[in-house]
Amino acid sequence: MIAFLVQRLYQAVLVMLTVGLIAFALFNYVGDPINSMVGQDTSLADRGRLRQELGLNDSFIIQFARFVGRGARGEFGLSYQQARPVGQIILEKMPATLELSFVAATLALVIGVPMGIYTGLHRRSWLSQLLLGLSLIGVSLPTFLIGILLILVFAVVLGWLPSFGRGSVVQFGWWSSGLVTLDGWRAIILPAVTLALFQMTLIMRLVRAEMIEVLRTDYIKFARARGLTNRAVNFGHALKNTLVPVITIAGLQLGSIIAFAIITETVFQWPGMGLMFIQAVTFADIPVMAAYLVLVGFFFVTINLVVDLLYHFIDPRLRVDRERVGIG
Amino acid sequence: MTVAAALVALVIIAGAVLAPWIAPHDPFDPASLSLLDASNPPAWLAGGDWSFPLGTDNQGRDILSAILYGSRLSLMVGFSAVLLALLLGVTLGLFAGWRGGLADTIIMRIADVKLSFPAILIALLIDGVARGVLPRDAQSEIAPYVLIAAIALSFWVQYARTVRASTLVERGKEYIQAARVIGVHPAKIVLGHLLPNVIGPVLVIATINLALAILTEATLSFLGVGLPPTQPSLGTLIRNGNDYLFSGDWWISIFPGVVLAALILSVNLLGDWLRDAFNPKLR
Repeated sequence: MIAFLVQRLYQAVLVMLTVGLIAFALFNYVGDPINSMVGQDTSLADRGRLRQELGLNDSFIIQFARFVGRGARGEFGLSYQQARPVGQIILEKMPATLELSFVAATLALVIGVPMGIYTGLHRRSWLSQLLLGLSLIGVSLPTFLIGILLILVFAVVLGWLPSFGRGSVVQFGWWSSGLVTLDGWRAIILPAVTLALFQMTLIMRLVRAEMIEVLRTDYIKFARARGLTNRAVNFGHALKNTLVPVITIAGLQLGSIIAFAIITETVFQWPGMGLMFIQAVTFADIPVMAAYLVLVGFFFVTINLVVDLLYHFIDPRLRVDRERVGIG
Repeated sequence: MTVAAALVALVIIAGAVLAPWIAPHDPFDPASLSLLDASNPPAWLAGGDWSFPLGTDNQGRDILSAILYGSRLSLMVGFSAVLLALLLGVTLGLFAGWRGGLADTIIMRIADVKLSFPAILIALLIDGVARGVLPRDAQSEIAPYVLIAAIALSFWVQYARTVRASTLVERGKEYIQAARVIGVHPAKIVLGHLLPNVIGPVLVIATINLALAILTEATLSFLGVGLPPTQPSLGTLIRNGNDYLFSGDWWISIFPGVVLAALILSVNLLGDWLRDAFNPKLR
């Protein structure tokens, strides 16, 4: 058990270092940091001096070590576009993205799991067929298209919900929350639904598949033979065993949510980290891109680590093949 | 159901391929555009004009023609990306599976690292880097190629893993061992004997991946980091139209959107059908 933990930690550190290396290479070698930071009139001598002061003439290893050290403390330099510390920008935008992701993930689970259970239990009913058909559409429609359609219907035509922004937010220290105001809730619904839709369909199909699989097993047949009611069998036994791989998969999907958040935030102009990243890409704002990469990498690595440990801890038999369920 | 899907896909693909001949207007020739035609609604609504069946955008470009050319680009990028990912992934997979040892470990480690990141993020990164590195005026022309490369680089891992697994299995079989004993050159063994036997699942993955590639390209274009407005794909068209949703010119976004959705849906269905057809468990 300990050996497993150590091995996974070692792999995690390796991945983080690789991510850091890529971010660092981005930072230093794509374009010239000096050119992006100073004006056009700065003399060559001044540039040379700046280069020396910033330590850009040191060897690769030293610069990389410095980058890692600074990164661990949250200092990622100044944004080219906004001339502010990147760390500060990220702290400002993080609450927005985290709240959105949280609401979307909850929505996906709360709707996806029951729908999955229903379609798993009542396979032939017309409602199941309908839900399955809808899920196919949910997987095929690009997220941004869903967002646009929702905006069109609810904001433009019906005018019920706002189509951009976060509504009014309340500051708690450095965290700005939109969830405590009615306005904030109205603003978060459409983006959260858009973000959740893909996850919802995925979770629904997964729960359904697992449910069908479990209901075929021997111990379920035995339980029925013993005369347990349908309800006891389905919910007492089958469901518990279905949920274990589902929860771990859902955890892995948190990574996907981050990626799709980028799209959703762009469609709804939601002021979160995703929108920040897109703007950075459009302006080739390398420090922001590098910082986002490291942050997201850290997030993924942590989640993967936790999920892997959960697998191993809960049931060593449950090695769900990642490719089979289409993650990544 | 699948027949309907195949039909829809075929119609769109045919339209895309024949675009230069059947499009009523050339939406990208500035000389043929007239601002007087701008913002026409679709022909069946008031104010519409049948020479612009699906309406025009804010600059007078015909939406139908734009959709035809746009699908052409979307499909081209999608196909090329899948092809590139396939070539890259299969090659690396064969190499890793055949050689084993250090090469195998390295390639698989890279694959693992890459697999923990979602495809869109990787494609965005590559695009951002390309933007920073390439000179500004070349960016429009190179954009399709950067996009193809970015999407391909995010998808190759699936192919590599599948091919590697199959290679490892086949490698132990007798016909391969026989070939080695006779002294056939390794390259010939791999290409001539191994490859035909591992290629099956790859084709199924490729079809399913095509839908994903088209979706990714559309998403990237919509975000503004894909194809530029001078050679718009369906995603770019939707992006352009997004600004006009609130002023009521809904057709600029919605029609490309419908076509895009239909395309992805039909390719998805075809991929599912193909996968089920190849699955020995269902026979």
